[in-house]
Amino acid sequence: MKKLPWWLRDLMYLAVFVAILLGITYGLDAVASVYPVMRYYNRILAMIGINITLAVSLNIINGHAGQFSLGHAGFMGVGAYMSAALTFYTFAPIVAKYPEGSMQAWIAQNGLFLVAILAGGLVAAIAGYLVGLPSLRLRGDYLAIVTLGFGEIIRVIILNVDKVGAARGFSGIPTWANFFWVYFFCVMTILISIRLVASSVGRAFLAIREDEIAANAMGVDTTRFKVKAFVIGSFLAGVAGALFAHYPPAYLNPTAFTFLRSFDLVVMVVLGGLGSISGSIVAAVVLTYLQEGLRAFSEYRMVVYSLVLIILMRTRPQGLLGRRELWDFLPKRKDTTAPERDSGPAVD
Amino acid sequence: MNKKSGIVFLAVVSLMLFGCPPKEAQQGGGATTSAAGGGGEILVGEYGSLTGPQATFGQSTHNGIMLAVDEINAAGGINGKKIKVITEDDQSKPEEASNAVSKLISQNGVIAVLGEVASSASKAAAPECQANKVPMITPSSTNEAVTKIGDYIFRMCFIDNYQGPVMANFAIQDLHSTRAAILTDMKNDYSTGLTSVIEETYQKAGKQIVAKANYANGDADFHSQLTAIRAANPDVIFVPGYYTDVGQIASQARELGIKVPFVGGDGWESPKLLEIGGKALEGCFYANHYFSDDPSPIVHDFVQKYEQRNKVKPDALAALGYDAARVLGDALKRSGGKGGADLKNAIAATKNFAGVTGTITLGPDRNPINKKIVIEEVKNGQLTLRKSIEPK
Amino acid sequence: METILQNLLNGIALGSIYALIALGYTMVYGILKLINFAHGDVFMVGSYAGFYAGNALMKQSNHPSVVHLALVMLTSMLACAMLGFTIERVAYRPLRNAPRIASLITAIGVSFFLEYGGQLVFGPDPKFFPTLLDKQVLHFGSVTTTNYQLIVLGVAIVVMGVLQWIVFGTKFGRAMRAVSFNFETAALMGIPVDRVISLTFILGSTLAAVGGILFSLSYPKIDPLMGVLPGLKAFVSAVLGGIGNVPGAVVGGIVIGIIEAFVGGSPLSSWRDAITFVILILILLFRPSGLFGKYQAEKV
Repeated sequence: MKKLPWWLRDLMYLAVFVAILLGITYGLDAVASVYPVMRYYNRILAMIGINITLAVSLNIINGHAGQFSLGHAGFMGVGAYMSAALTFYTFAPIVAKYPEGSMQAWIAQNGLFLVAILAGGLVAAIAGYLVGLPSLRLRGDYLAIVTLGFGEIIRVIILNVDKVGAARGFSGIPTWANFFWVYFFCVMTILISIRLVASSVGRAFLAIREDEIAANAMGVDTTRFKVKAFVIGSFLAGVAGALFAHYPPAYLNPTAFTFLRSFDLVVMVVLGGLGSISGSIVAAVVLTYLQEGLRAFSEYRMVVYSLVLIILMRTRPQGLLGRRELWDFLPKRKDTTAPERDSGPAVD
Repeated sequence: MNKKSGIVFLAVVSLMLFGCPPKEAQQGGGATTSAAGGGGEILVGEYGSLTGPQATFGQSTHNGIMLAVDEINAAGGINGKKIKVITEDDQSKPEEASNAVSKLISQNGVIAVLGEVASSASKAAAPECQANKVPMITPSSTNEAVTKIGDYIFRMCFIDNYQGPVMANFAIQDLHSTRAAILTDMKNDYSTGLTSVIEETYQKAGKQIVAKANYANGDADFHSQLTAIRAANPDVIFVPGYYTDVGQIASQARELGIKVPFVGGDGWESPKLLEIGGKALEGCFYANHYFSDDPSPIVHDFVQKYEQRNKVKPDALAALGYDAARVLGDALKRSGGKGGADLKNAIAATKNFAGVTGTITLGPDRNPINKKIVIEEVKNGQLTLRKSIEPK
Repeated sequence: METILQNLLNGIALGSIYALIALGYTMVYGILKLINFAHGDVFMVGSYAGFYAGNALMKQSNHPSVVHLALVMLTSMLACAMLGFTIERVAYRPLRNAPRIASLITAIGVSFFLEYGGQLVFGPDPKFFPTLLDKQVLHFGSVTTTNYQLIVLGVAIVVMGVLQWIVFGTKFGRAMRAVSFNFETAALMGIPVDRVISLTFILGSTLAAVGGILFSLSYPKIDPLMGVLPGLKAFVSAVLGGIGNVPGAVVGGIVIGIIEAFVGGSPLSSWRDAITFVILILILLFRPSGLFGKYQAEKV
């Protein structure tokens, strides 16, 4: 193994990963065609994957860089609408040219879908830059209110664009997303997030989170790194939005991206532990599942969420897992190359 | 300490993840077979906005449905089998509606679905029903696109393309209007859809729309839009929105010295309309599905039973919920309690069904043909029947 | 011309209410450097307190009068004062030395708790606020206004004056300013920091109650989520005027109100809700300290 160049090795990993994901996807489809009950669980599984992507990406902004964004659903909405408009108006007619069920159609569909997802992410990232730059130059709390307002701006813009359905909602989007795409990007997001923390950029994020003035004094260009964290997070939120838009029933409505949705995501990140990637994942899984399982008590959901937040901040402001990761609980290998994790002196 | 709580947390998480689903899956599976086979119950799903901003709509519909189902069951059910309604709340959110219906179908195994009021929620959930070949009847979504989603989607109320022209023609013929203004709720697809239909009919008749303005559901201040409308000097103002805003709009308009009547659609229907609007709505009109003081025996009977049960007067949404459930019951009898294509065909064959909201015959596009429409007027603080437009 | 005048009047009326709410934001931010997200929801609770008090009062004597309005206002102010005190005591005080993000999350938590707790307690559907004072329409040529609108504007200006006097003319005000400079130094100088902060919250919440009652009087439809948008817009007003600055908040509120009125009355009325936030982003870009604020470098 050692003799393989890094790119070949990574490519091999990627191939194995894609093969496994494809296997699971087709397996789940096969099971669902026999037991229709499974369709419901497949759907929940996909929603969990999308929410993990969102929570982990929000964790980059809120947890790692210590900024407080309340507009994650807004960026998700930008990605969702952008990619949906792209596939609906441009890509679907191209795919329709090939005979249905043929190899060319399959390749065209998935290739173009990838382009649409990345385009959705890109536009969300640009929006993130435009919103982040003015507010991140200032104190942290401005970001909270500007992102809140941004969600409102997005909603009003969507309502004024008839091409994407305005208040009617956007229906007829091709249902191209499936288990494979959702979890491909979910795992990618997690990997990006893990590598980011270990990189010099991640170190800069942590420095800003711990003490912005000190970080500045140490020569960290705080605004640049804050904007960077924000743009990366927004990009991934846009990707999640694109997946959400193309997953059945593939119907978008501006009300799906209000700050209530952002609040759900904030709860996930805070509950799991601000700065803990695995914490966000676990919280996203549990809360998404609970939302389905406890639908009958939905009236109380928001009240309980808000109480949990208040109590958590008083008793354990670093969230359930704190800044540690689940794998920190495992017995350590002899030669850990992973950087040592700080236990958060500010709050612990 | 930290480590311990982390482990406890993990344990709880794993319990939730791996402990629950199989159990529920079994239940769900059981329900599917019993509904398809010869159990003692027929499962019907209902989804609606029981909480959230449109909660009054969902709750009225729910009461209407439950009244009808209890009546059907008391009268012996469907070939001896009782109908059981499983209700899911979608919190007035379209994306929740689609999740709720997905759960009802694949987990509870319902053979038919009733809901929603808001067209946006119906549109989100209908593809799920269509894909699973489970018939869905929407009691009161008036947007045209809902039933276009597929041949398993039906509706009980008239559509906006029918309601809109009635409103426009009423303004032209009965109110002798030549210059109209429209105030639209941007946030609401019902309102934007109805606006375009009204505009089209009104302009085709050679009359002029002199002002158009927008608001968003939940706004409190309409003075500036109304000031713009006042400057255009219309002789009638269409407000195709929900009752929650109409009252405030009217009272602020009167403040600004606008004296012309307002004309609205079925979104005005609520026991709260007059409570919020008060005197300002005097002399205003709206189109509706039925008139609760209608002396005809079927309406009178329904109103009495409903009032006895729920202590309030039924609004049109309750009446439509009631009719939807009864049409479904009737179709189930004809399909012999079977779901799928049999039930779809049975519902599609509904003809001259005597409903509270008029005689119901479903057309080829799965909408009722030539349904009755009434125009109500606010007179001396009461709702009175101005005009009843019977099917031709 | 008359349309322009009318819109100006509409804007001032709406803006006066934003101004009243913005004053509360500014007070709390000035002293704690915390955006009290729950402020808009305290405003909502104030309306509901007024709703119940007003209905009880109308049962006693069904005759609208200024006395009614004053009684209801006092009840609501009392209720909100208690609420504000409790919120500060339970949620914010334990976090005074915690990282700022913890306080922000708590503030959001409190806000959602009031909104959704409100939906459970008061019901999600809108309620109609009782008419406590007869509405009188006043005509100035073809421009109309109501006695309500004049009352709101009058109250906003009076409250601004009183606040300015409290902050700069009283001993308590001097204590507030000291605390806003530095907690620890203030405490060392013998200022009871906790009490000063509590009183500031009570003052801010009382203002929210006044705003809530006057808002519901002019726009009598109330619901548990009614505080969200006015709260946000009031915050933008406070930032526009220079957060922490009392007359700035009033001017900011009125400016925002006027801008909204003109956008609402134009063919762009469908963009009205977005305008406020576009303004916010523009202020942050070009003049982050607001119209009347002074730029302060962040201290260690």
